[in-house]
Amino acid sequence: MIAIRALAALCVIWLIAPLPARADAAAGRHIIHVLNRLALGPTAEAVAHVKAVGIDRYIDEQLDPGALPEPAVLTDRLATLDTQGLSASQLFAKYGPQPGETMAGAKPTQEMIDARVKRADSILQQARAARVYRALYGPRQLQEVMVDFWFNHFNVNAYNGFDMLWVGNFENEAIRPHVLGHFRDLVLATAQHPAMLYYLDNQDSTAPGSPSASVLFSDINENYARELMELHTLGVDGGYTQQDVTTLAHILTGWGFNYQSLSAGSGPAFAFIASRHDPSEKTFLGQRIAPGGIEQGIAAIDILAKSPATAHHIAFELAQYFVADQPPPALVDRLTQQFLSGDGDIKAVMKALLTSPEFRDSAGQKYKTPYQYVLSAVRATGGRIKSPTPFLGTMAQLGMPLYLCPTPDGYKNTQDAWLSPSGTTDRTNFATLVGSGALLNYVPPDEQAVHVVAASAAPDAAKPIAVDTEALQALLNPVLSDHTRAAIAESPATLKAALILGSPDFMRR
Amino acid sequence: MLRRDLVRLAGGAALGAVASPTLGPIWAARADGPPKRVIVVMLRGAVDGLNVVVPYGEAAYYEARSTIAIQKPGTDNGALELDGHFGLHPALQPLMAMWTDKKLAFIHAAGSPDPSRSHFDAQLYIENGTPGHATTPDGWMNRLLAALPGPRSPTDALSVGPTLPYILKGPVAVANLPLGPKAAAPMAIDRPEIASAFDRLYDGNDKQSEAYRQGRAARTQLVADMASDEQKMADNGAPPANGFPAIAARLAQLVTQDKHIRLAFVSLGGWDTHARQGNDKGQLAGNLKALGTGLAALQQGLGQDWNDTVITVISEFGRTVHENGNGGTDHGHGNVIWVMGGPVKGGKVYGQWPGLGTAQLYQARDLAVTTDYRNPLATIAEKHLRLDDTALAKIFPGLPSAHGDFADILAA
Repeated sequence: MIAIRALAALCVIWLIAPLPARADAAAGRHIIHVLNRLALGPTAEAVAHVKAVGIDRYIDEQLDPGALPEPAVLTDRLATLDTQGLSASQLFAKYGPQPGETMAGAKPTQEMIDARVKRADSILQQARAARVYRALYGPRQLQEVMVDFWFNHFNVNAYNGFDMLWVGNFENEAIRPHVLGHFRDLVLATAQHPAMLYYLDNQDSTAPGSPSASVLFSDINENYARELMELHTLGVDGGYTQQDVTTLAHILTGWGFNYQSLSAGSGPAFAFIASRHDPSEKTFLGQRIAPGGIEQGIAAIDILAKSPATAHHIAFELAQYFVADQPPPALVDRLTQQFLSGDGDIKAVMKALLTSPEFRDSAGQKYKTPYQYVLSAVRATGGRIKSPTPFLGTMAQLGMPLYLCPTPDGYKNTQDAWLSPSGTTDRTNFATLVGSGALLNYVPPDEQAVHVVAASAAPDAAKPIAVDTEALQALLNPVLSDHTRAAIAESPATLKAALILGSPDFMRR
Repeated sequence: MLRRDLVRLAGGAALGAVASPTLGPIWAARADGPPKRVIVVMLRGAVDGLNVVVPYGEAAYYEARSTIAIQKPGTDNGALELDGHFGLHPALQPLMAMWTDKKLAFIHAAGSPDPSRSHFDAQLYIENGTPGHATTPDGWMNRLLAALPGPRSPTDALSVGPTLPYILKGPVAVANLPLGPKAAAPMAIDRPEIASAFDRLYDGNDKQSEAYRQGRAARTQLVADMASDEQKMADNGAPPANGFPAIAARLAQLVTQDKHIRLAFVSLGGWDTHARQGNDKGQLAGNLKALGTGLAALQQGLGQDWNDTVITVISEFGRTVHENGNGGTDHGHGNVIWVMGGPVKGGKVYGQWPGLGTAQLYQARDLAVTTDYRNPLATIAEKHLRLDDTALAKIFPGLPSAHGDFADILAA
């Protein structure tokens, strides 16, 4: 079946091949397609690069992000974000509750609370700026796309207590290093990060009757155990029972904060607290877990990471994110097999996905999320901004504030979730403001001081940023429909950039 | 379009056959009088219904909840007396006038026949109206809108917020609008030359073009409504800038101004209280206070329109009867449905209370479900919106008829 389809496709290519202009157009469209999916949208530089090295090599480059050096335009900006380099323990000690605030039991004053929120918010804003800078200026585009994918898969919410301190660190330490690594490492890293331990309450879960049990730590908490299976690994139809949820919660008792590290501001933020753990033998998903401590949780995570249900769940999600809202079942099956045979090697699954005919033939089938739409619009104009704030604000206005998805399932990436009447209105309005250059040059009043730092780091940053309409049109022309091109041709020159960025075609990837 | 017409035809034919004497005037009234409205408030994350409408008459309630129980009426910060068996969470004091006025009712031990304890599956089933069937392509509120007689307007149904929830998805055009403080502020694309250029770009029949045109039409109408109301809002005392009370006040202003709006939907998060949920004070109390204040503001803002409005509050499932090890509750089953409005026969806790004894619990841990959540919703559609059995069967396909006491929740 596939062979016949491939043969038919070859015939079509052969039929149109005598017309070099058409072949060029198809090749141009394909490069934009690849950059729409492996990157946060095309830039003129990226298109030139893919043309030079070819698509196959570009895919291989992107699958090995460590080998791609980060340019000064990115590293200079990241260097202005001083909290990005701090560990979870440092962040807590320096920016969290200070001695005499809450941990000692004294009720904090409103001033103390306000000051603490302000301190934590500065970390959150830096984390958001870092994410935007990496997406706009970084060469490791697939890595950043995978960060978006996996962050939402293992979502935590910055507006959930201490997580405002830790959401950036969670991304930098538990997500980004593993996005193309082994799935089991990703699960373990998120399971042991304080942002996840806090968000899904495992930090509180305590074996009843254990030495450290107390009034507010008297029994298990199911929250993390359930979502670990439903969302992170097996999937909701993955064959677990309420009994498995309860058992897994018992297995994971004692996985919590290292209070010593947090108050000292050094050392690992995770600790296995044996005095809260239920060490008894368990039967989990039909398998025996021997009596023990932290190794019980590791064993359970190994069982979950190796399960065919997990392989299918992850394969489906990746195919949905990278190919189509309703991904082709044959592709999902092949990716499932690759996940299993590669023992959860994400890079191998991604290689199979990105070189598949289903991926190749799926151009334009995905509707951009607000995050993808906003960042791709900036990248298409050349990628230069004065402040990330108006772009983060647009994501929020469109219903996708960065790091603030309140529920553990993360933001969806389907058309059903994001195509809406007011969303379309707001997108076209945003496109108008980007097309005119207004948003690219905007610096909120309270950021003028920060802006000076960024400007000194990049000497050309003080100049006004203009949108080159002709360059924008040349870049995106391959994916604009005849209808869109005709409408743009009839419009005043001052509106053309807005219409390109606000076109139905540009809202797809 | 075809489907909508078919639905309308089917409804019309059935009505003709029944030829009920009460239906004539209502059909006529809908064309120019105040519309019959339904507002659905969804609490995403599963609110702890046992601490909303508290079964204080049951010893098992207090045995199961040593730190988070709401104390009996008459004690300090205890529950507000409802009917001698149930009491209301004290943070919902703003709703007591409504209760005393018999315009607020509850249906306890209501919920989905599907046993899922997944938030996401359970919310999907509440929204698509077909528990256990995930692939239903539209939401029950869109099917409800399809069953209502025309003429159509871009703002027949309104979802508050930047995205379109599943409950309103479907073939009939609906509007969505975030009701933030700046909802009516001018936008670049309001300028005629920019709007007409985009209109040309989006003149196709695809989904994106449809969404664009719905957005344009709704914005034009809603912004005009809100702009003309801004002075009035200032005169009434400005609502707080954020949170549900402010959104509710704006929603009330909007629907009183725009007689086209027949269905509205709002969802609120923050109910997934796995740890430290508190009792009469704390996390849940804070959320309930905002909700109660907002619902009271909605009633006040609706003015005369309150008499033609039914508001219902639902959540995907309830929470465990027993508190967990951290002063919270985990995912459970049965919950309480709230119904209020001018046409409601309130001041009563409806439903069949299954009890909290271990043998009475669902899977020995959760409040059992004795009322399918769709039955009260179908009752509202039938008695308030005057839809017939043919229409109801399309809105909630396969729903077994039920004859619980909640059938009397609205005047016939």
